[in-house]
Amino acid sequence: MLPIGLSFQQAPPISVPLRFFLTAPLFLLAAAIVLLAAGPELMESRHSPAALAATHLLTLGFTSMVMCGALLQLVPVLGGVPLLQPQRVAWLVHAPLSVGAASLAAAFLWNLVPLLPLAMATLAFAFGTFGIWLVRALWKTRDGGASIRGMRAALAALAVTVALGLAMGATLQGHGPTAIYARLAMLHPLWGLGGWTGLLIVGLAYQLIPMFQLTGPYPTAIASRLIPALLLLLLARTLSGWLPEAATSSLSRLTDWGLAAGYLGFAGVTWRLLARRRRKVPDNTLQFWRLGLVLLALSCGLAALLVLPGADTLSASWTLCLGVLVLPGFVLAVIQGMLYKIVPFLTWFHLQSTYPGQGIVPNVREIHARFHANAHLALFAVALAFLAASCWVPELSRVAGLLWGVYALWLEINLLQAVHIFRKVRRVAIIPMAH
Amino acid sequence: MSHISQYLSAEHYHCDSLFAETENAVAESRWEQATSLYDQFHRETEQHFQREEEVLFPAFEQTTGVAAGPTEVMRGEHRQMRRLFSRLDLALASHNAEQFLGEAETLLTLMQQHNLKEENVLYRLASQALASEAQSLIDKMQSLETSSLWQKT
Repeated sequence: MLPIGLSFQQAPPISVPLRFFLTAPLFLLAAAIVLLAAGPELMESRHSPAALAATHLLTLGFTSMVMCGALLQLVPVLGGVPLLQPQRVAWLVHAPLSVGAASLAAAFLWNLVPLLPLAMATLAFAFGTFGIWLVRALWKTRDGGASIRGMRAALAALAVTVALGLAMGATLQGHGPTAIYARLAMLHPLWGLGGWTGLLIVGLAYQLIPMFQLTGPYPTAIASRLIPALLLLLLARTLSGWLPEAATSSLSRLTDWGLAAGYLGFAGVTWRLLARRRRKVPDNTLQFWRLGLVLLALSCGLAALLVLPGADTLSASWTLCLGVLVLPGFVLAVIQGMLYKIVPFLTWFHLQSTYPGQGIVPNVREIHARFHANAHLALFAVALAFLAASCWVPELSRVAGLLWGVYALWLEINLLQAVHIFRKVRRVAIIPMAH
Repeated sequence: MSHISQYLSAEHYHCDSLFAETENAVAESRWEQATSLYDQFHRETEQHFQREEEVLFPAFEQTTGVAAGPTEVMRGEHRQMRRLFSRLDLALASHNAEQFLGEAETLLTLMQQHNLKEENVLYRLASQALASEAQSLIDKMQSLETSSLWQKT
């Protein structure tokens, strides 16, 4: 009667997501150090060696790192599919992803082409393992709703992003036609940010926003159509490159506007839902989300402007600024909001399951209070403002690097609180049991 | 087919609303109102737990022959939530808003992931497995309302 394998296990051990969450800020710190060291040189172009290194430390080492950890935790709960051998899956994704992110960044930074095969192999292995696990989990859940569909779309986009990245790596090593490199270089960030990251955030928001903020559900039209529409636009944008030149520019402009409009619509609807939430209690994680949504809306506006006819006369600073608004801006703000919601709960949940009824486990609000999260949010805003300003005044980039470094260290210390609380409770709990 | 699922999911939504109103009242130190809202929230949540534990879960276990599966995990989470309720009782009695809001937020997160598991998995399975007796089970769950089960806690 029951689907095979539905043992409905509890969530995986906390070490599974936590190893990803604790590693991610170290990569953010590394990106900040690159910015601090390279300074104005990094801000020359988004294709400068330091910019490529910092970008990939952020996308692979921070964003994908947190997303993989969060999904290993959330998918079994959302889809009701138990995670088989969670420790092994976590290890097989976490270790190669860490090595891959570090070696790719080093390859860019110091022009170490011989490191590229190592980076490519480890990243392909990490995302391959993760993808196979996620495909098995997501396809076992029949009709898991809009959120599960979002994850499926995000996973497809991740596959495209990785394939494009590997093709670029092969080209850089002289194994492919260099003529298509520029096209790959345009499509790779589009699929990575507009596909994998963006679609995943949308899919997770469908579930997490109504659930934790007690808002109404997303309107059916958005929940059922936005993700397929965004995916189709990404495909059309990709294929437009192979059309005759005249058709290419108009189709790519239309698809870019479509993507901007789609994400802007998501930001607007989410903002409206949050404004009408049933809970009125202040919630710091919500502030991170709100800031993230504002940054997303600004990014959409700027992206739409940058493809206007004649916009190519604008300085490259605007394109760089778009990257800043999207990646360390929108994406980091939202991920940060999620981390500050997930980590206190997981800490409480696992401790409470182990030591029920002893009254020694701090509640989620007490754990969250240790983060000084409002000050952390303020630092985020200041660091981001300095980074955005250094697109025009590159001399400010070192100050931005310093601020981001402090921000990353602060995040790491906050997340380590989970480990600290675990140790402390375990120490207190064992003593009375020994008597 | 989805009657059971709709019936119990609607209770989740209703309890969520009561939770939000209670939390808002405590945050604004409207203690008298908070107490009455909390009582209603606690009572209706407990009633929902009992409808599941006394009617749905046994019927599901009997039909599917699975006793140590999803229903056992759900019972365990009900126990965790009941422990949080007793901490909320204390915080409310002493008008300790900070303590109350901390335990309440913990309860909310636990409750939401619990509801999600029930709505995405257990209710769907139960709706399928118990399709032929859906109406009689709903009637049975409904009739628990008038009993004095509340006193047992």
